[in-house]
Amino acid sequence: MTTQHQNQTQIEAVPDLPVIRIIREFEAPPERVFRAFVDPELFAQWCGPRSIDTRVERWDARTGGEWRYTASREADDLTMGFWGSFHEVRPAERIVQTWAFDGDPDGVSLETMTFEELDGGRCRVTSQSVVESMEIRDQMLRSGMETGVREGYEQLDELLEGER
Amino acid sequence: MTREIAVTDQLSRAFQALADPTRRDLVARLAADGDASVGDLAAPYDVTVQAVSKHVKVLEEAGLVSRSRDAQRRPVHLEAEVLDLMTKWIERYRQQAEERFSRLDAVLAAMDEDQQDNESEEGAAS
Repeated sequence: MTTQHQNQTQIEAVPDLPVIRIIREFEAPPERVFRAFVDPELFAQWCGPRSIDTRVERWDARTGGEWRYTASREADDLTMGFWGSFHEVRPAERIVQTWAFDGDPDGVSLETMTFEELDGGRCRVTSQSVVESMEIRDQMLRSGMETGVREGYEQLDELLEGER
Repeated sequence: MTREIAVTDQLSRAFQALADPTRRDLVARLAADGDASVGDLAAPYDVTVQAVSKHVKVLEEAGLVSRSRDAQRRPVHLEAEVLDLMTKWIERYRQQAEERFSRLDAVLAAMDEDQQDNESEEGAAS
């Protein structure tokens, strides 16, 4: 249960492509990490913050299967649905799925996750999302910042102080 | 709030400006070699000074570079703070992903305990 501070998430935004790449290592072999991505009960445990109630409505984690879950936050009576298909599920190696959400049903993205075995029973997960346009990619990156603003990160306050 | 929007607009412009490989190269050279005139910047490329001047203008509008009004050569100066801002923008997104994966760490650790209760492990072979 120790926090693995060395396993820091890396983000790569390829400058001229609508692509976001997220890389992270885990203290577990690929089989187990893979299971945490495809088992709906396990997935619901980590996919959203504690304040968000994740409800898996459809989940068929096989090649050609579909998925849908809702995320609700009681505090502001907000429910948002996310859905897509499992284009390919290759055990402990690769998951390719489409992603869309109720707020922007036309904006579908394609996510490819690879699970790479590392020494010492560890695993590196690379998730590459291809979105429809540079604008959408920037919006996604910005959404992180807006959450940051809401939650009042000190660093951003300082940054905005510094803006003329 | 208006100021936050202004900041994110500036970042959008900065990202758009850097979507072009020539402009990324210009920024990289300014970062490495310091201020330079448009003529100096254009020298290594197989394009006209006018074309490079256009790229510089886009960078200027995005707030990534500035040009002094007084000097004759009007050297192009890199505004490093905007690059910092872009880095911080991505950092925020990274932190969100990191929070998510920290929760996954906890789930994996719990699975580990379950597995050891239920069966003997056979290493990481598939």
